[in-house]
Amino acid sequence: MTLTDLTLAGARDGLRAKQFSSEELTLAHLEAIEALNPRLNAFTTVSHARALDQARAADVVLGQGQGRALTGLPLAIKDLFCTEGVRTTAGSKILGPFVPPYESTVTANLLRDGAVFLGKANMDEFAMGSSNMTSAWGAVENPWKRRQDAEAVLVPGGSSGGSAAAVAARLALGATGTDTGGSIRQPASFCGIAGIKPTYGRCSRWGVVAFASSLDQAGPFARTVEDCAILLGSMAGHDPKDSTSADIPVPDFAAACRRGVRGMRIGVPREYRLDGMPDDIERLWQQGAGWLREAGAEIVDVSLPHTKYGVTTYYIVAPAECSSNLARYDGVRFGLREDGADLRELYEKTRAAGFGAEVRRRILIGTYVLSAGYYDAYYLRAQKVRALILRDFTEVFTKVDALLTPTAPSAAFAQGDNMDDPVKMYLNDVFTIPASMAGVPGMSVPAGLDANGLPLGLQVIGKPFDEETVFTVSAAVERAAKFDTLPALRAGN
Amino acid sequence: MSLDAATVRRIASLARIHVEDAEVATLQTELNSILGWIEQLNEVNVDGIEPLTGAAQMALKMRDDVVTDGGYTEKVLANAPERAGSFYVVPKVVE
Repeated sequence: MTLTDLTLAGARDGLRAKQFSSEELTLAHLEAIEALNPRLNAFTTVSHARALDQARAADVVLGQGQGRALTGLPLAIKDLFCTEGVRTTAGSKILGPFVPPYESTVTANLLRDGAVFLGKANMDEFAMGSSNMTSAWGAVENPWKRRQDAEAVLVPGGSSGGSAAAVAARLALGATGTDTGGSIRQPASFCGIAGIKPTYGRCSRWGVVAFASSLDQAGPFARTVEDCAILLGSMAGHDPKDSTSADIPVPDFAAACRRGVRGMRIGVPREYRLDGMPDDIERLWQQGAGWLREAGAEIVDVSLPHTKYGVTTYYIVAPAECSSNLARYDGVRFGLREDGADLRELYEKTRAAGFGAEVRRRILIGTYVLSAGYYDAYYLRAQKVRALILRDFTEVFTKVDALLTPTAPSAAFAQGDNMDDPVKMYLNDVFTIPASMAGVPGMSVPAGLDANGLPLGLQVIGKPFDEETVFTVSAAVERAAKFDTLPALRAGN
Repeated sequence: MSLDAATVRRIASLARIHVEDAEVATLQTELNSILGWIEQLNEVNVDGIEPLTGAAQMALKMRDDVVTDGGYTEKVLANAPERAGSFYVVPKVVE
């Protein structure tokens, strides 16, 4: 038995049955990281000693028969979550020296339930990117290879690229991510694993480095839908420290994975097609609808007319919020400082040295669209279009229980592709952004391969706070897809 | 709306990010390409639509206006690039 090949649920059951210890399980993952991380660059910080301490503590608890939902299970934590005493950089030089004196609520919830943290996962700088190419700590390699052109180094997607690559390559049983416009779902699709962005407000944002506060939402990655359900059950919940976190009960998401889709109405939105989108993706989408029909669901053709304006609206709203949130990086209180003759020069030099090109672009766009004279033309108009995007979803959810779409308009692309034009990169999030703008939950499930042997995901979108239906439908897709192809680069291979 | 070089410098100054003279032309091209693409929002009819400020479809919770946390001077200052006692140090701002 290779411990790194277990699912999270399988590893939990093995620990409880005393088939192996958390120390053995954690060590197997640390050895896999040691072997593969120099190439994949999925982790920016590996907490070797701390992870083993947590594992030994978990073994004591398990020995007493006191295990909780995640006791002894090793996870990767996106480097956007503040972890007490462990460097947290958000993929940026400006936070290079930052060691949080506190723990984010989501990671505190995972620790409460006994999880072991292997380290911090690489990511696009401040979660701004769709390829992990904007990280100050270097690109992440996708563990998958093209059948033709196996030498090409592919991106894992972004912004949670390190989390997705780590789980796909079996360096962790699961991982945390965050999703502002697709940063969990797109990398899940590119890396052939599952990932869910829950409803805005389901997970606390306290202690998560802020990018766009009206959109940011934490969620899990894992290799199965059920594993994601187990992780989300632990991460979610009301937090008085985040005024936008929802004070509603957290249901048993794992139980929802075992329910069927018979009698459900699943919408297929006709706008989720793009000129030049590969035939493989259209074919897989049709196949996915067919699987759900065979499982007893009714497939309904629906329309979300403002879909195409999602990305443009996003690139006003998200930069506006980012320019405001990132104003805190001033070289005075924490993080990088570049000295200047006066305070203003200190600010300007610190921020010029600390922010990468994409982050600087978004701060400048955001500053412009919020500046006097342009606010109404850009920001206010975008907020009105955002209301129309939400209305599309509200109306369609009076007719259907969930939506099925492709997750991304392409499979993983090569490092360096889509880098010449920012807008080309932004369009990779065309199918994930609308759900973010509306705040509704969306999950990517690995469903098939393209002609080149690369994984493709299908996205299931649900009603606000109805992640249970998202898990039910996603599990049905997973059962029918029987996706079992493995990436070329993985632990033990 | 197209940005000229002076506007790029003005935005950078508002955002407190130093931009080298040699970078202005490239930034101008990139920002104009993004803003030009964003113009497509002008084709959407938004008459009578209320702007949506956030995704949370719920009223914000209220609580008593009392101090509930704090007293972590050392923790808060632990990450300061430069400090003196329990103060942050910055270049002189008042002559």
